[in-house]
Amino acid sequence: MNSGHDILIVGAGPAGMAAAIELRRLGLMPLVVDEQPRPGGQIWRDVERQRPDVLRRALGPDYAAGADMVARFRASGAEYRPGTRMWHIERGLRVFLSQDGQAFLAEPRALVLATGAQERPAPLPGWTLPGVMTVGAAQILMKGSGQIPDRPVWIAGSGPLPILYMRQLLAAGGQIAGYLDTTPAGAARRALPQIGGALRGWGDLRKGLGWLRDLRAAGLRLQRGIRDLAAEGETRLEAICYRTADGRSHRVAADLLLVHEGVVPSVHATLSVEAPHVWDAGQGALRPVLDDWGMTGIDGLFVAGDGAGIAGARAAVARGRLAAQGIAARLGRPATADAIAATRAELRAATAARGFLDAVYPPPDTPIADDTIVCRCEELTAGEIRAAARIHRGGPNQVKAVTRCGMGPCQGRQCGYTVNRLLAETYGQTPAETGFFRIRPPLRPVTLRELAALEEGREAP
Amino acid sequence: MTHPDVLIVGGGLHGLSAALHLARAGARVQVLERRFVGRHASGASAAGVRTLGRNPLELPLSVIAMQMWHEIAALVGDDCGFAAHGQLRVFSTDAQAARERARLAALQAAGHDTETLIDQQQLRALVPGINPRFIGACHAPRDGAADPHRTLIAFRAAAEAAGVHLREGAGVQSLTREGGHWRAETGAGTVRAATIINAAGAWGARVADLVGETIPLSAKASMMMVTERIEAVIRPVVSIVGRSLSFKQSSQGTLVLGGGIQGRYDLDREETLLDFRALAAGAAAACELMPAVGGARITRCWSGLEGKTADLLPVIGPSTLAEGMYHVFGFSGHGFQLVPAAGAAVAEMVGTGRVPATLTPFSAARFNSRDVAA
Repeated sequence: MNSGHDILIVGAGPAGMAAAIELRRLGLMPLVVDEQPRPGGQIWRDVERQRPDVLRRALGPDYAAGADMVARFRASGAEYRPGTRMWHIERGLRVFLSQDGQAFLAEPRALVLATGAQERPAPLPGWTLPGVMTVGAAQILMKGSGQIPDRPVWIAGSGPLPILYMRQLLAAGGQIAGYLDTTPAGAARRALPQIGGALRGWGDLRKGLGWLRDLRAAGLRLQRGIRDLAAEGETRLEAICYRTADGRSHRVAADLLLVHEGVVPSVHATLSVEAPHVWDAGQGALRPVLDDWGMTGIDGLFVAGDGAGIAGARAAVARGRLAAQGIAARLGRPATADAIAATRAELRAATAARGFLDAVYPPPDTPIADDTIVCRCEELTAGEIRAAARIHRGGPNQVKAVTRCGMGPCQGRQCGYTVNRLLAETYGQTPAETGFFRIRPPLRPVTLRELAALEEGREAP
Repeated sequence: MTHPDVLIVGGGLHGLSAALHLARAGARVQVLERRFVGRHASGASAAGVRTLGRNPLELPLSVIAMQMWHEIAALVGDDCGFAAHGQLRVFSTDAQAARERARLAALQAAGHDTETLIDQQQLRALVPGINPRFIGACHAPRDGAADPHRTLIAFRAAAEAAGVHLREGAGVQSLTREGGHWRAETGAGTVRAATIINAAGAWGARVADLVGETIPLSAKASMMMVTERIEAVIRPVVSIVGRSLSFKQSSQGTLVLGGGIQGRYDLDREETLLDFRALAAGAAAACELMPAVGGARITRCWSGLEGKTADLLPVIGPSTLAEGMYHVFGFSGHGFQLVPAAGAAVAEMVGTGRVPATLTPFSAARFNSRDVAA
């Protein structure tokens, strides 16, 4: 039941596909596993799907460009198992996976985690009401089944994704009731010192500014400096409340609110094996410490793509290729010095504007009200977390033990950063000092029957 | 407070229980916890409240503890999530049934009526979804399970309300005798106390070593699995004769699976590592016990570090070397149920200077008189 592969890549998005293509070019055979039924990752999700012209145009050229990458990945000859979840890594690189309800083991010499990013959970009063969802989830619906909301939607948050999604939504025939920009006031001014890098990465920034201009030309109602956003309703969203920069409170009827407060690297897998991480203050998130090939502090364990720190699809492709070149060198099939230099130059170019973007879109700093739900799995509020933190001063793991916050099926993916923030405030610490939950396996839920099939002496059917 | 009467090393449940009983008896008590309350075995416990299948030498203390569990709110102000839905130990062969019958006969001869033998019909009435290959069980109807975290919160709150001074994030570095008192150098400064209680769990032998006393102790890292919430399928806690499984459903609806399947551990790094191929045996046993739960999704697994003695009995009693020092550790993976009674017995022992009869089997001296290696 061992997969028998020397190289395992987890994730078939930009980084995972680029790593696989490069490994094949260097004469190596990786196994690529991915949770989704088709390659592309979140950014190019379902890019192979045939869709009406209007939707294809709405999703834009950057999305369409993914089709070429996916085709090259398909043609690379890399072994690819879709619909496969990785649920545990043991040190020494024993990897536990499941496909179609069957668990299996892989014991590769090199493992590339190309599992990308997740949206930063942005707790606000009423965010668990039906009718409130994330911009990322709405975009997945558009890419997947072509669904767009049939009524005007409110969009609130910060970062490049809401702007991209709004542009796609309008082009696909959707309507926007208004955009509530929650980016803290003054962020753009504080970003000025980063302008040098921004000029080197000018292409991406100009694209973003162009989108915003298009949106305003299309009549988008944009309000900046929004605070105290709340969703209200009895059994589903009925209204949203917010405060504008001039201090005035507003309440408007709404039946769909899309929120987004940026993305953070998926670090559960690297945390679970206790690879060293650092707190990235600019992105308000943890990221694994990596060498210049993308290898973590654990021998043979690489991270490529946004899991290494948020940097976007172009950088993910470069990081995937670089990890592949690092692995190939370890396995005696090194790439040429020119190829490696070209990859490094591409990565530098792709990340040049990142410091500026991080400064323009800093992590949210609005206070979290005591009655806001923080842990959706266990329905715990910010007030309950704060009360526990005042008594139990041992940090996130002790607060988790006494409140059950982070013990649910999401494994703290929905509450981890919020708990970090609440505890740091309560203890008067920096987020880095407070730390994060200890991650308990499995990384993804696995059924008793699946695990039972791994009992020693028993063979999988 | 730097001069308590009693300094307790270890903020697990046994340290907190001893602290609570001593403080209620009028002592000034400080608890020193190196990390945080319940960091290791207490916080990782399956929280079984069980007389079933216990070593007869432990039963007198366990029976007292069981009565205290049935009135636990009177002791600590909260029911600790304790539900007395009974515990079952099921078997599938006639040979196993015969051995269990003989064991119960011996128990009854010694005056214990904690368990009875039930047949398959009674078993299926208690656990309707059980695999029909199981033909009977030993049944302890007053047993059950509690919530380990609620228990920790309750014992901590009760101890603090009784005046116990709790210091987390500080361990003990040295213990020296000084003018009829102990001088403890700790992560939080110097503490002088007449009495030291060693409740350091898996590190109990290391604390004993601070006064030059050698107590053979190894460790264990029993692994636990918990599933997502599912519909109510079972009320009693069930274990299987001859297999490593304890199986129960919490009041939240999650299935909680333990039973002593061992992970790996590192005492110096204070960490445990899970072994999923070993856990697979537990999952297989659960699927065998109740085939209908095979589709339940495991959401979290963990293990905790616990001290283990050669005879699997705890060390509770005075130090064999040092005056004014007492041990309460080494519960070998089944100390949770004993918590309220062991703390009371330790408080009695410290107060009177005499070892209560319930504690005599647990003397640290037993390792000197027998050639046992842990």
